[in-house]
Amino acid sequence: MKYLDEYRDGQAASRLAGQIDTCTTQPWTLMEICGGQTHTIVKYGLEELLPPSMHLIHGPGCPVCVTPIGIIDQAHRLAATKDVIFTAFGDMLRVPGSAKDLLSVKAEGGDVRVVYSPLDAIRLAEREQTRHVVFFGIGFETTAPTTALAVLEADRLNLDNFSVLCSHVLVPPAIEAILSSPSNTVQGLLAAGHVCTITGFNEYFSLADKYHIPIVVTGFEPVDILQGILMTVKQLESGRCEVQNQYSRTVQRCGNTKALEIMQRVFEPCDRVWRGMGSIPASGLALKGEFARFDAAVRFDLPVSSGDESSPCMAGEILRGKTKPHQCASFAGDCTPEHPLGAPMVSSEGACAAYYLYKARHQDRSA
Amino acid sequence: MCLAIPGKILEISPEITPRRGLVSFEGVKKSICLDLVPDAERGSYVIVHAGFAIAVLNEREAKKTLDLIAELHVDRPDRPAGAL
Repeated sequence: MKYLDEYRDGQAASRLAGQIDTCTTQPWTLMEICGGQTHTIVKYGLEELLPPSMHLIHGPGCPVCVTPIGIIDQAHRLAATKDVIFTAFGDMLRVPGSAKDLLSVKAEGGDVRVVYSPLDAIRLAEREQTRHVVFFGIGFETTAPTTALAVLEADRLNLDNFSVLCSHVLVPPAIEAILSSPSNTVQGLLAAGHVCTITGFNEYFSLADKYHIPIVVTGFEPVDILQGILMTVKQLESGRCEVQNQYSRTVQRCGNTKALEIMQRVFEPCDRVWRGMGSIPASGLALKGEFARFDAAVRFDLPVSSGDESSPCMAGEILRGKTKPHQCASFAGDCTPEHPLGAPMVSSEGACAAYYLYKARHQDRSA
Repeated sequence: MCLAIPGKILEISPEITPRRGLVSFEGVKKSICLDLVPDAERGSYVIVHAGFAIAVLNEREAKKTLDLIAELHVDRPDRPAGAL
């Protein structure tokens, strides 16, 4: 596919890996923020192309993984409500809550449907006027404008049977939570290219200054990631801590101004609990008061549930980059994509799922 | 979740609100919301996420990135060209 295949080219990857090798004189620890980047790194075995002293930590950039268990429980309660059609992205169906997952709710008679886009939920609400359609709004800044536009569309159409269970989260506050931790070991960051497609990267300059860390906005294909690593390592080796943009074919410094305007019109920042990371101030998006009639939590008066994690699951450690998935005792034994104990094994962007799907293949190849 | 892929706009339907267009992903065609990319035109490549185009791909920058990599000096032998 044009604009994908060129960035999966082995020769280009080899050249970049050679340059990284030449530039690196000491051990460095980098974090890729986004789960999509983690999957590319593990799928293509990119770590095997890097100097052995280079350490990659997988960041918390998987919205499915960080959605708090209390909101998952709220989703289950809504999905089991009479005359509610509960719509969600496919990733959310297997995520375990306190007691079950959405697929189980569906099996018990709940009307749970997978949608490709929030606008599909709007079309469904137009067709099913006697029932209430709830859309499970999760995701980072990449996805938040699409939910915001759906809310504006519901407002324009004066739909009385549509609402959003809103759990959108913001990346920069989570980066700050990681970098400000006394136990932080991350020395360079690959920022998430598609989040920055919406937000731009103006916010990252103060983070780079404050924590003396290079930040490179990076794409998702293997060549993108290797180039992002090369740009980061060059900065580290020369003592610089700048913000650079590897993903310039998609990301502009000011982001997508139309999308940002729509987000600001519909949402306001709120504190949000991140699964595995705890509460992070101003890291979530809530619907503004003027759109409260589209807020499922208000409309259905949902109780706030704290929810308990499954005890053997190390999702918190993994999401903070403290542990690698295969170091968890439950990995690939009690916890598999078919029977996940925690969200990182469910999501197509979860680090545990990436290790489960691809690591065994690489081990087989090298055996 | 933040998965987004490039596709080419084949046609735009200005009469539909929000603005939509038919986008081809290597032959697989899908109706996509173009409301977040007011500058997108027929023939533009757009980055699509959750049924929305979120950016117009900058083809000049795309070429520049690849040219830069092609010019890199490497000490070890190149792999043959082709998919990883």
